[in-house]
Amino acid sequence: MKHMTEEQLIAYKEGVAAQRAMIAQHLAACEECRAELERIEAVLAALDTLSVPNPGDDYGRHVWQQIAPRLPERPARWWQEWFEPRRLGALGAIAALLIIAFIAGRITKRDHLGNEVATKEQIRERVLVVAVGDHLSKSEMFLVELSNAQPNPSSERLVNISAEQRRAEDLLEENRLYRQTALQEGDQVMASTLDELERFLLDVANSPDEITPAQLEKIRQKIEARGILFKVRVVGKELQERQKVTTPAPAQNDSTKTERNKA
Amino acid sequence: MIRMQPSVENTQTIADSDAVAVERTLAGDRDAFRVLVERHSHNVFRLAYRMTRNRPDAEEVVQEAFLRAYQKLGKFEARANFGTWVYRIAANYAIDRMRQRKKDEARKVEPAVREEGIENDPVALVHDAAPTPERLAHNVELRKQMEIALAALSYSERTAFVMRHWEGCAIEEIATVLKSSSGAAKNTVFRAVQKLRLALQPFVGRGTQARAMGTES
Repeated sequence: MKHMTEEQLIAYKEGVAAQRAMIAQHLAACEECRAELERIEAVLAALDTLSVPNPGDDYGRHVWQQIAPRLPERPARWWQEWFEPRRLGALGAIAALLIIAFIAGRITKRDHLGNEVATKEQIRERVLVVAVGDHLSKSEMFLVELSNAQPNPSSERLVNISAEQRRAEDLLEENRLYRQTALQEGDQVMASTLDELERFLLDVANSPDEITPAQLEKIRQKIEARGILFKVRVVGKELQERQKVTTPAPAQNDSTKTERNKA
Repeated sequence: MIRMQPSVENTQTIADSDAVAVERTLAGDRDAFRVLVERHSHNVFRLAYRMTRNRPDAEEVVQEAFLRAYQKLGKFEARANFGTWVYRIAANYAIDRMRQRKKDEARKVEPAVREEGIENDPVALVHDAAPTPERLAHNVELRKQMEIALAALSYSERTAFVMRHWEGCAIEEIATVLKSSSGAAKNTVFRAVQKLRLALQPFVGRGTQARAMGTES
C-alpha cells in the first residue's frame, strides 16, 4: 500500500487537501499513516497551547482613544491611493503600458491604410508581449546578479539584501499582474513560469534584511535547483520570437503603393 | 486549535452592521468608525500577537491597521467584509513590523518565555494537574523551543501558518496577503508546518520518530 506523503497529511490536517475523501479513506485503513498524522497533530496541539494575552474588555475603546486624534477628517478618496509614494512605481508601469498601447495603435492605423488590418487581439498580444518581455529581462538580470553573488559560507558576517528585497517587491507587483493576465489568456506555460518566479521573488522579499552567507548561498542554490533562470530565459526568448511575428512589416511608402497600383 | 467561530446568522448580522458603519464613516461620521474599531480590535490583536509574538508590537499593528483602514476606506468595495479586510491590512503591516524588528527578535525570544511565568504556562496546565518538577522543566523547555521555532520561520511562512492554523483563514485570503497564488500559499502553509515539526518533534513526541513519508509497505 502506498502511504500518504507528509504534505498530504499536513494539508489534510489543515483542511486544505485537494483529495480529502481519498486521504480519509486511506487513513481509515492504514494504521501507519494514522500514527504519522497523530505525530503531526501532537506538534500542532503543543503549539496551540501558546497563549495570547487578553488585552482587556475595554481594549477596543483603548484603541479608539489612541487612534482618534490621528485620524484625518474624512477617509481618503480611492484615487488618492495611487499617489502614495509606494504606488508610483506601479503607476509608472501602467503609464509605460499605455504608451506602448498608443504606439501599437498608431502602427495598426498605418496598417489599416495599407489594407493589413491588425485585430484587437493582435494589439493586445503585442502589448502583452512587449511588457512581459521587459519584465522578464528585468527579472533575468535580477536572478543573474543573485546567482553571481559569491558569499563566503564560512563567514559569519551578515549580508544586507534590503536593496534586493526592494527590487523583488517591485518585480512581484508586476509579476502578479502578468501572471493573472497569462492565466486569463490561457497561456499555461507563461503562467506557470511566472508563478515559479513569483514564489522565488516572494521568498527574497520576505527574507530578513540581513542574512548569513549560508542563507544567501541557499537562495543561489534555489535559483539553480528550480531552474528558474533557465525557464525565464526560455520564455523570454520565446517572447522575442513572438514579438517578431506580431510586429507588422514596415508600411510601404505612398510612392511605392502608387507604383504597385499602377501595375 | 483555538478559534472563535461565530454562528452563520451572527456573522451575517455583524457583516450587515459593518456595511452600514462603513457607509456612515464615508459620509463623514467618525463615530461610526469607532464602532468598527471596538468590534474588531480583539480579533485583530489576536492575529497581530500571534504573528509578532510580543504585545507592544501587536498593539502597534492593531492601531496602524485601523488607521490604514480608515485612510483607505474610500477604496474599500466589499463593504460587508470589513473584518476580513482589516485583518488583511493587519497581516501586511505585521510582516513589515517583523522586518523592522528583526534585530530585536533574538533578544525577545527569552523575555517572551519569562513574560507569562510558569504558573500561567498553559503547557504546564494542559498535561497534568499536579506537574512534577521534571514535567515543568520539560514544558518550559518546550515552550521556549516553540517560540524559537516560530521565530525561525520566514515572514511568509509564519503569516501563512498563523492565518491558516490559528485564524482559520481561507487559502485565497492568505494568498492575497502573501501576494502569491493559492498554490504557493498552500505550499507555504505546508513548509511552515514541516519546519515546525522538524524543530519540535524531539520535544513533543518523546521517542517517536517520523517515518519516511510517501513510502510503500
